[in-house]
Amino acid sequence: MSAAGPLSGAPVLEVEELAVTFSRKGEAPVRAVDGVSFDVAPGETIGLVGESGCGKSVTSLAVMGLLPKRGVSVTGSVRFNGQELVGAGDSMLRRLRGADMAMVFQDPLSSLNPTVPIGTQVTEVLLEHREMDRKEASREAVVLLDKVGIPDPVRRLKEYPHQLSGGMRQRALIAMSLACSPRLLIADEPTTALDVTIQAQILELLKELVVDTGTALVMITHDLGVVAGLCDRVHVMYAGKIIESAERHELFARPRQPYTGGLLASVPRLDASRGTPLRPIRGSARDAIPWTQGCAFAPRCDNAQDDCLTEVSGEIVPLEYDGPGRELRCRHPLEYPQAPPGATALGAAR
Amino acid sequence: MLRFIVQRLLQLIPILLGLFVLLFAWLRALPGGPAQAALGERATPEAIAQYNELFGLDEPLYVQYLRFLGRAVTLDFGNSTQYGRPVTEVFLERFPGTIELTLFAMIFAIGVGIPLGYFAARRHGSVFDSASVVGSLLGVAIPVFFLAYLLRLLFAVELGWLPGSGRQDVRIDATRITNFYVLDGLLTREWDAAFDAFLHLILPAIALGTIPLAIIVRITRASVLDVVNEDYVRTANAKGLAMATVRRRHIVRNALLPVSTTIGLQTGLLLSGAVLTETVFAFGGVGLALRDAITYRDFAVLQGFILLLAVVYVLVNLLVDISYGLLDPRVRVR
Repeated sequence: MSAAGPLSGAPVLEVEELAVTFSRKGEAPVRAVDGVSFDVAPGETIGLVGESGCGKSVTSLAVMGLLPKRGVSVTGSVRFNGQELVGAGDSMLRRLRGADMAMVFQDPLSSLNPTVPIGTQVTEVLLEHREMDRKEASREAVVLLDKVGIPDPVRRLKEYPHQLSGGMRQRALIAMSLACSPRLLIADEPTTALDVTIQAQILELLKELVVDTGTALVMITHDLGVVAGLCDRVHVMYAGKIIESAERHELFARPRQPYTGGLLASVPRLDASRGTPLRPIRGSARDAIPWTQGCAFAPRCDNAQDDCLTEVSGEIVPLEYDGPGRELRCRHPLEYPQAPPGATALGAAR
Repeated sequence: MLRFIVQRLLQLIPILLGLFVLLFAWLRALPGGPAQAALGERATPEAIAQYNELFGLDEPLYVQYLRFLGRAVTLDFGNSTQYGRPVTEVFLERFPGTIELTLFAMIFAIGVGIPLGYFAARRHGSVFDSASVVGSLLGVAIPVFFLAYLLRLLFAVELGWLPGSGRQDVRIDATRITNFYVLDGLLTREWDAAFDAFLHLILPAIALGTIPLAIIVRITRASVLDVVNEDYVRTANAKGLAMATVRRRHIVRNALLPVSTTIGLQTGLLLSGAVLTETVFAFGGVGLALRDAITYRDFAVLQGFILLLAVVYVLVNLLVDISYGLLDPRVRVR
């Protein structure tokens, strides 16, 4: 990934103070996403990173308007090309989905209809959003499958999902999502269900396609390896809130939130000497406390102090400016006494 | 595919052999013989002996068994002691009635059941949904003969809207070709005969179709509720497809897979004779013939009918398996 950075131009997607609450009869409502804000510019790739249950997938479904209506309340603002999507009508959302904004899902087998041939599942998008007849659509489907690297596309069109390998299925899903050259693509853990070797191929494919077309990409993942290879900017989420945002290199070089630090430290490294123990974050995501009571990560945090609790500090921990291009939600962040290696080089004599 | 079918047909042989041993032993264990039943309680021993000799019932059991087996291979099940005609002939006369009844009962059950189940699922949690759940529970719970009597009493006896017994008005002198009365009427252009036969089918078909109807409602509803939450439905919505396309291609198509199995199995079940319904409506199908055969200890009819019905049941199941493969590419036999 070259450091292309965000291209100039107005953001494709602006998410502001997005909140999603699930309520069930007889149970306390659950706030799965709690005031999340981020932008994505054309050609930019951002990562939403966090453990299972941190709200990253719900965020993406809320952006797409794919959450069920009943028992779910979505507040805040999601603007796509300046158009407000929260509270927008179903027909408008259907016009945008698949055409201007598309999504790739986690489990390619369950995400494909088992009783409909791959070809139909590709052409139905084209027939819905582009003025094509069946013949043109199937010709285009062949082109699309070929573009995502599916060999012998003409034969594959007639096959059913169970006849394809996992990697091929994910490629087919990507072909469907790219069928109408969307301006925004959301990929929700697109490689989780795949073999490691296939994972790399799929990521490579996504990267190429995004660079080629200038599509904005939102990558949802728990895998820091994916982030390292693909994303320009990274937003780390915990318990429904963004707790740290930074440019990718910055984040990897100097994680400030102890949670981000923990995530990086828990990745096995090839350059570590043998016998170096892995350092997992203690506890689990279930130990999170509500943000109204204090920093949700505090119960698992080594840096936690009394004022991490709302009771002591008197306010919910805010997401604040933390240097150029960085934002941080933490009262006791990790400190770096020496400037990182890159910084000294910048500061060297001219 | 062909191998699969042949395999399944070969499986029929042990099933039928086993069934026949059971049947033979069970029928002979019944108190009172066919002679007693046919000639009455005061029949003289001489008359009984003569009757038994006439129908070969005086020979040792194993001889009767082997002879029956030998003939059964050529579809010859001997003569009925009631009608004095070959069992196969009686079967061919009666079975079309049962097929007709089954067909109409299933049309009723499917035609009402699938839409009902589907809309109950779409309005999940609504009053309509709850009513359909309770209603289908009731449908399964009500004994068939009770429902049949109620229907007959109300629509045939009290209101007189529909005929309540038989397959056709006896005053109609219809030509018989296939013994499917509705079909015969259409083939011979005897429209009134066809229509009359159709009217005779309505009440029995509703009575017989109620249980399959209730089962189909429940399965359709549960299946739609399941499929709606599938990932591929979310994918379809993410593709921005029109709601109608999502429903037709991605929801209904998959939701009907388990329903189709149920339909097949229920059809097989109904084809094996609706003894209760046919008895209430004096509907001359296989079920009524079986009841009469039990009353008159007509062993030949019982043996022959039950064996033939077993063959039909297995064949219908085979058809269900094959058609399931056509509907669901994942289980398609190659």
